[in-house]
Amino acid sequence: MPEMSTGQAIKKALSLCLDNYEEAFLAGEDIGIYGGAFGVTDGLLEQYGENRIKDTPISEDVIAGLGVGAAITGMRPIVEMQFSDFIVNAMDPIVNQAAKLHFMYGGSVDVPLIVRGASGGGTGAAAQHSQSLESWFCHVPGLKVVTPSGPQNAYDLLLASFIDRNPIIFMEHKLIYKIKEDVQINDFPKDSSLLGKGKIISEGSDITVVSYSNMINTAKEAMNDKKLEKYSVELIDLMTLSPLDIDLVISSVSKTGRLLMCQEASGDSSVGSTVITEVVSSEAFKKIKTPPKLLSGLHSPMPSAKHLENKVIPQKDDIINSILKVIENE
Amino acid sequence: MTLDKNKKLELFRMMLLIRMFEEALEEMFSRGILHGTMHLSIGQEATAAGACLALTKEDLITSTHRGHGHCLAKGADTFRMFAELLGREDGYCRGRGGSMHIADLSNGNLGANGVVAGSLTIAVGAGHSLKMQKKDNVTLCFFGDGAVNEGSFHEALNLASLWELPIIFLCENNQYGMSMASENAIAGGSIIKRAESYGIESISIDGNDVENVYETVAGYKESILSKGKPRFIECVTYRYRGHSKSDRNLYRTDEEINFWKEEKDPLIRFSGKLLEEGYKKADLENIENEVKEEIKNSVKKALESPESSETNLEEDSYA
Repeated sequence: MPEMSTGQAIKKALSLCLDNYEEAFLAGEDIGIYGGAFGVTDGLLEQYGENRIKDTPISEDVIAGLGVGAAITGMRPIVEMQFSDFIVNAMDPIVNQAAKLHFMYGGSVDVPLIVRGASGGGTGAAAQHSQSLESWFCHVPGLKVVTPSGPQNAYDLLLASFIDRNPIIFMEHKLIYKIKEDVQINDFPKDSSLLGKGKIISEGSDITVVSYSNMINTAKEAMNDKKLEKYSVELIDLMTLSPLDIDLVISSVSKTGRLLMCQEASGDSSVGSTVITEVVSSEAFKKIKTPPKLLSGLHSPMPSAKHLENKVIPQKDDIINSILKVIENE
Repeated sequence: MTLDKNKKLELFRMMLLIRMFEEALEEMFSRGILHGTMHLSIGQEATAAGACLALTKEDLITSTHRGHGHCLAKGADTFRMFAELLGREDGYCRGRGGSMHIADLSNGNLGANGVVAGSLTIAVGAGHSLKMQKKDNVTLCFFGDGAVNEGSFHEALNLASLWELPIIFLCENNQYGMSMASENAIAGGSIIKRAESYGIESISIDGNDVENVYETVAGYKESILSKGKPRFIECVTYRYRGHSKSDRNLYRTDEEINFWKEEKDPLIRFSGKLLEEGYKKADLENIENEVKEEIKNSVKKALESPESSETNLEEDSYA
C-alpha cells in the first residue's frame, strides 16, 4: 500500500474515473496547467489532455450548469469549485437544477454529477475562503453530501460518489489535503452503498464523539491526550452527511449513554443540531446519562488572524474539555 | 432551406396544435380542474413551431417556464402533456413536474425550466456533450428576454463561444419580463449586441413569421455542423395572455395587445399566406378539424387517466 496524501489519493481516484469511463471529464478554475489551487489535479492535463481536463473562466454558475447539462446527456462530469465558498455563485444549477431534475421530471433523468470544493478554515484565508457550508446542501432533497477526513476515505468516497447516479457535493477540507497515510488502491465499488455509512474510528464505552471532515483529525488528537486516559471514547466519522447514518450514532449512544457532537461549522441549523435532535428523539433517549453537547464553530465569519481563527474553530483542548464536561456532568 | 408543401402544412398544424392545446388548458383552468398556475405562449407559437421543425429528434432543446409550445413542437404527445398538467400518472413527469417542468428525453427535450435563464448553462453542458460525443447535432436553447439580464446568460454565452459549442441560443423576446418592459430592463437596448460582444454570430428576426424562424434556425444549424461555434437568434414576438394566471395586464394597453392580435398574429399571417400561395381553404380547415379532434380526445383520455401514484416521495428524490 503506497503512502499518499489526501490530495494525491483524490487525484488517484480521479485518474481511475478518467481511465475507466471515457465519458468522464473534469472542469473548473485553474485545474489544468496550474494543477488546481491545492495541487489536487496536478499533472492530469498532461496525462489526459485538454478535452478532458477543462480549464474554465472564473464562472462558477456555468461551471456547475455545464456539469448538470453534461450529466443529463450521457457524460460524467466532475467539476470543481476552487474554494467551496464560491459555490454560492453556483446555487441555481446545484439547488434548483441538479437536485431537482430527477424528481421534477418524474424519474426520467438522472444527474450523475460530482461537485468538488475545498472547504473549511485554519489557513488564515479569512471570511470568504474558509467556510464550512455543508449543512446548506444537506437541507436540499436530491443532493448527497460527502465529507472525507483523510486519504483512504477520500479515495473510497470519491469512487463511490462516481458510481452513484445522484448529484454529489464533495467537500474537501483544506487541512486534510496534506495528511498522509497508506492507501489501499481499491477498484470501483460494485455500488455506491458506502455513501450514507458512517464509520466507528475507535470503539469505546463512556462517550460517543461524532464528527466529520477535518474535525475528526482534531478529535483523534484529543483522544490521545492523557487528560482522557481514564475514559473510553467511541469516535464516529459520519463521512456522508446526506444521507446521514443516524442509526450508527443511535446505537452507539445507546451503548455509551453520552454524546458529544463536534464540527467546525456554526451550530445553528447544522449537521450537529440534526444529529442531536435525532438521537434524543430515538430509543437512545432512555439510555442517555448526561445532556448531549454540540461543540461547533462560533457563529461568526472566519477571522484572518491565527489566534482569532482558533477561537472560531474548535481546537483539541475544546474537544477534551467538552468530553470531560459531558462525562463528569452527571 | 426552402419549405416543401408538407413542411408548410406541418408548421400550420403545429401552431394550431399549440394554440388549441393552451386554449384547452385555459378552459380547464377556468373550470377549476387544473391545479397550479401556468404560463401561456398564445401569440408566440411561430418560434416553437418554426425552430423545432428545423431540428431532428436527436437534436436537443432546453425550454422555459413558457414551454408548452416547445415541448409539443419537439414531438411531445398531447395526451401525456394534458395528463401531466392534470397531475396524472400518465403525465410526462407522473404529476411531479406540472406545467413548468415537462421533460421528454425520448424526443430530445431536456426539459422545461422554472428559473429564468436556468436552462442556459444546462444547454452549455448539453452542447459540450454533443461536441465530446462527436455527434452531428445541435442543442437549441430557448429563453426569454427576461433571461438576458441574469448572470447565467453571460456566463453561458461566454463559455459556449470560447469552447465553440454547437448551440443555437434562441431568445423569444415577447417584450415583457412579467410586468417589466424589456426596453426598461435591457441597458444598451439591444439583445443581439450582447451576444455579438461574445463573438457569437447573431440575428434579430420577426419571431411571428414562422417560415423565417424555420429558415433561420435551419441555416444556423447547417453552419454550426460545418463550422462549429454557437449562434444566436432573437425572435421578436408577443404574448397575448398575462405572464401567468394572476396577471391583470396593468402594464400594457388593450390597444397594444389588440394590435399584435390583429396585425401580427402568426397563425392568421401564415394561413393567409398559404391561401395566397394557392393552398385550399378546405385543406386548412381539415387540419383545423383534426387538431380539434386530437385535443378533444387527449383531454378526455387525460381526465380518465389515474391520479399520479403516491409513492415514497423522499425516495423519489434520488436516483
